[in-house]
Amino acid sequence: MTDTGADPLVIAGEEFGSRLIMGTGGAPSMHVLREALTASGTELTTVAMRRVDPSARGSVLDVLAACGIRVLPNTAGCFTAGEAVLTAKLAREALGTNWVKLEVIADEHTLLPDPVELLDAAEQLVADGFVVLPYTSDDPVLARRLEQAGCAAVMPLGSPIGSGLGIRNPHNIELIVERADVPVILDAGLGTASDAALAMELGCDAVLLATAVTRAQSPATMAAAMRHAVEAGRLARRAGRIPMRRYAQASSPFEGLASGRANL
Amino acid sequence: MNVIVNGEARDLPAGASVADAVAAVTAAPSGVAAALNDEVVTRSAWAATPLREADRLEVLTAVQGG
Repeated sequence: MTDTGADPLVIAGEEFGSRLIMGTGGAPSMHVLREALTASGTELTTVAMRRVDPSARGSVLDVLAACGIRVLPNTAGCFTAGEAVLTAKLAREALGTNWVKLEVIADEHTLLPDPVELLDAAEQLVADGFVVLPYTSDDPVLARRLEQAGCAAVMPLGSPIGSGLGIRNPHNIELIVERADVPVILDAGLGTASDAALAMELGCDAVLLATAVTRAQSPATMAAAMRHAVEAGRLARRAGRIPMRRYAQASSPFEGLASGRANL
Repeated sequence: MNVIVNGEARDLPAGASVADAVAAVTAAPSGVAAALNDEVVTRSAWAATPLREADRLEVLTAVQGG
């Protein structure tokens, strides 16, 4: 019997049919962004919060609304817990959602999370009633601490944001998955479809990506590839892969071979 | 009265409110939030929240990102 039926992603009690969460950064135009989001099948997509630009034309919020996609504000660009908490509160006020992708980075060169500020911000936001989805290092200990702080998911990086280096420490991702009781969402660093499939095969509940799609030569085509990869990886995980073996194991029987050299 | 709106000095009439300052930088009817001296002011309170000399107001909206 195949087991390919409904398999929703559940975050903080809310169900999503798609396990691909998209970001919107890097798209060359709103038109290209819309095509890519549609092709991805995503139901949840991140935006950043910035000072209003009176000269801006077209709003990413309009694109998401037209596509029926739920908006997930992030705190990208924040270096301290204080900045991230204020940004999350502004996002809640502007967008009417208490969900936040919490991002507190340590420096502009690596964009790696600052673990101390991240945990501090997570604790403050959980206490204020936010559904906190933290972008974190691929550190099983920190992931555990974020979960204990009340985060609704943990989102370890595969490799640095926008690097396209894929999942550099699959073992750590597996350790995080094994110990987590909240969804694990692989966030950052994915470059192509096989990276997304690997994340799901490792047991992640979802994938969050932006650059791999928005800066691909054909964003909508890559978005479709990612959609299929996430679905394929998820199915493979559920199916239970064969163990790896050191030597071959014949898939055809040896019994009943035609008479030949063996009788000489 | 001088206030700092999104990092830029602006000369607003005495008695100007948060709503007045927001209107000076955006006409968007929704999707915008404001923080006065690092504290969020809910939209419903903008008109009734007066600005004072040297106040810092941040007016943010959603953009592509993440």
